[in-house]
Amino acid sequence: MDVLLSILTGLLYAAGLYLMLHKGMVKMIIGIMMLGYASNLFLFIIAKLVRGISALIPPSVQEMAGEYADPVPQALVLTAIVIGFGIQAFAIVLLRQVYRRTGTADMDQLNRTDKLD
Amino acid sequence: MIDNQIILILVLLLPLMAAVLNLFFWGKTTLQRYTGNIFVILHLIVSILLLHQTVSNKMVVLNVGNWLHAYGIVLGVDMFSGAMILLSSFLAVLAWFYSSSWMGNKSVSSIFNVVFFTLLMGLTGSFMAADLFNLYVWFEVMLVSSFVLLTLGAKKFQLEGAIKYVAINVFASTIFLAGVGLIYGLTGTINMAVAGMVIESLGNHTLVNVAGAFFLIAFGIKAAIFPLFFWLPASYHTAPIGFSSLLMAMMTKVGVYTLIRFFTLIIPVSNTPFQLIFMILAGFTMVVGVLGAAAQTDFRRILSFHIVSQIGYMLMGLAIGTPLAIAGALFFILHNVLVKTNLFFIAGLIGKNTGTYSLQYLGGIFAKLPVLALLFAISAFSLTGVPPLTGFWGKFILAKAGFLSGDWIIVTVSLIVSLFTLFSMTKIWNYAFWKPLPEGKILPANNFAELFAKNKAMLLVIFVLTVVILWVSFMPNRFLEFAEEAARFVVNREEYMGFILNKN
Repeated sequence: MDVLLSILTGLLYAAGLYLMLHKGMVKMIIGIMMLGYASNLFLFIIAKLVRGISALIPPSVQEMAGEYADPVPQALVLTAIVIGFGIQAFAIVLLRQVYRRTGTADMDQLNRTDKLD
Repeated sequence: MIDNQIILILVLLLPLMAAVLNLFFWGKTTLQRYTGNIFVILHLIVSILLLHQTVSNKMVVLNVGNWLHAYGIVLGVDMFSGAMILLSSFLAVLAWFYSSSWMGNKSVSSIFNVVFFTLLMGLTGSFMAADLFNLYVWFEVMLVSSFVLLTLGAKKFQLEGAIKYVAINVFASTIFLAGVGLIYGLTGTINMAVAGMVIESLGNHTLVNVAGAFFLIAFGIKAAIFPLFFWLPASYHTAPIGFSSLLMAMMTKVGVYTLIRFFTLIIPVSNTPFQLIFMILAGFTMVVGVLGAAAQTDFRRILSFHIVSQIGYMLMGLAIGTPLAIAGALFFILHNVLVKTNLFFIAGLIGKNTGTYSLQYLGGIFAKLPVLALLFAISAFSLTGVPPLTGFWGKFILAKAGFLSGDWIIVTVSLIVSLFTLFSMTKIWNYAFWKPLPEGKILPANNFAELFAKNKAMLLVIFVLTVVILWVSFMPNRFLEFAEEAARFVVNREEYMGFILNKN
């Protein structure tokens, strides 16, 4: 499972980067999303995956013996997903506004802020 | 002890309270402005108190939720971060009053009055965070606020600039997150102090350098270092200065702050491959920034490129890595934030009253408004490093540290770049201030009294900032001593770690 998820993460990164380098704005946003997912997944599998064991530690136990799921990355991923969701929402609205105001979804056309007067 | 912690949490909570209150006052802009006035000043007072505490106690630590040290969220403020918080708070006061004259329609001001404070909260939080994930969260708070501030008003140009800004920053965030994952996988903690200790015991691990590279890219994008700076000149000049002044002043400095924090605490930069990398990047950042500025003919774009160039100097301090060099970098941050903001404020004042930022269409300001020209000249000379103004002291300390550690190449580069900085400041001076007014164009005002009557708040803010610049220029001793002490604390990381760990 670890290997499979690692390969998936790599694929997501590759796909995300490819799409981000694309000149279409919609593809760029999808690329951003994919990169976000890739990072979340990466964070999730960095603490070894264990199957069917809870991340909760009973209050009676002082020291953990045996295998247990690491709760920290899960908490981090949860937060990161929520933040990522907000940012994606903003990015999509921004894209819509840009399209409405400039009439183009081609990043190559949006170079006026870089031009010399 | 408990007082310290209350002060620390107040610095964080005051902007949040202001943002929430202003959300309730949506649409009632006068009420929002009054709340804002009160809260920016309260924030300044509390920040001064916090800095005072860090000077007497070296560090203020708050263990949120009383978790065992390495597991919970820890907020820690040492002299460096305390100074950065005070600096952002001071600028927030100025930017807040400066922006009062830019208020357009109701909905734009309503949004601004809320988002300004979430940005301030994000800034304060990022300076406080003592663990990496917490830092990530504050970065996002700051970023989303900055997205909103940049797009306020939704002009065509702004949206174009914003989409580049958003894309590159979201990319930086994903890299940052992956870096956090790597550090967690390597050390089993996200607390910066503990991670630093564990990484030291790991020795020369390849993955450590990979993690370092991730953070270098993530923070480097925020700090706009070469070759990751292109988003800055593409987006910063598009938003109305009144809305984005705080953003321009502090956002890149957060990147520099986190770079210094990370590469002194977690992976100390000396004797790692990163030292050479930073040295090269610092040189290129300076040179490319200043050359970019030389080609521009728009007031704000020249200043935007200069931000990039000046980041190079701060990076140079980090690259040299001795306590003196870090002290130089700290002093340079102070100098740069004050001077650059003042230049942007002056540009904004001229732009607002003439309706243009293009150097071709400006002119004749020196003849009619010599006081404004003088204000500009003080800041411009200070930026180039003419003694005895602030820039000179910053560059002097950096050059001295560079020569002491034998890095004369980077020092030579930095001194040559200063000449080019002078060149582009002279360009602004020649075109906007000295050249006769082009036909059919207007002056900001016909005389100073008229200018003052039209823009009271803006001019007062510029005056205050100029006085502060002169104060730092003529009494640099106290600031330099403070910077040296703060730098010693930053470089001797054992002390920082002790403060984070001993208390819980």
